[in-house]
Amino acid sequence: MNALRRNVLKGATGAGAVAVAVAAGLLKPTQALAAWNKPAFEAKNVGDAMKGLGVSAPADSKDIVIKAPDIAENGAVVPVEVTSNIAGTSSIAIFAEKNATPLVGSYALSGGSEGFISTRIKMGQTALVRAVVNAGGKSYTAAKEVKVTIGGCGG
Amino acid sequence: MAEPMRIRATMAGDVADVKVLMNHPMETGLRKDAKTGQLIPAHFIQEVTATINGKEVLSADLGSGISKNPYLGFKVKGAKAGDKVVVNWVDNTGDKNSAEAAIG
Repeated sequence: MNALRRNVLKGATGAGAVAVAVAAGLLKPTQALAAWNKPAFEAKNVGDAMKGLGVSAPADSKDIVIKAPDIAENGAVVPVEVTSNIAGTSSIAIFAEKNATPLVGSYALSGGSEGFISTRIKMGQTALVRAVVNAGGKSYTAAKEVKVTIGGCGG
Repeated sequence: MAEPMRIRATMAGDVADVKVLMNHPMETGLRKDAKTGQLIPAHFIQEVTATINGKEVLSADLGSGISKNPYLGFKVKGAKAGDKVVVNWVDNTGDKNSAEAAIG
């Protein structure tokens, strides 16, 4: 009982400290401006997550290449590489469609960055890995199925 | 408190290939402690930014679906050997870390 109460108190002061840090200008303005997209990341399905990112009905594109294993033995670490050959690619978002929160990462590219992101993601179960690319004000998408034999989200 | 982060940046033609390995538990908040049965609080990196010679090249928002000890690779055209790469991250508890490396 007491331990729980302590944790709750700790959590509350932790969150407070962040707010104070922002208010006091301790965090850089760029960090404060590029606020983490909470609605998109906490969305429980792909449609809502896309909505949170401001993407609606992206067009299928063969110019997006997703490199990921056909079968992942360990869902806790699935290597994923997204290459966009679409000119003017400004951002790439990666989704694991059946995860509890499908949006995994959203990457804004600028200053000469090419349409390429390589990372490792967790997957709870066999699902499509979907990439959404924004280029020149339009959205494009592609997906690849990854079979997961041991899930990565859970004990 | 924050563990170090490693950056390796190499030139391949006129494109800099940057690889970053961060040290972070990336807890989703959905996992239970095997002993106590209580949920382990969420603890994951939310924002990563990268600059080359002070110019922003990548601004990423991450979710808890990124694997533990996140790896991030990206490619930047127009960079040169010797340019300075700086990577910063902030997690959901406000903890942050920064590292820099020269493109080799």
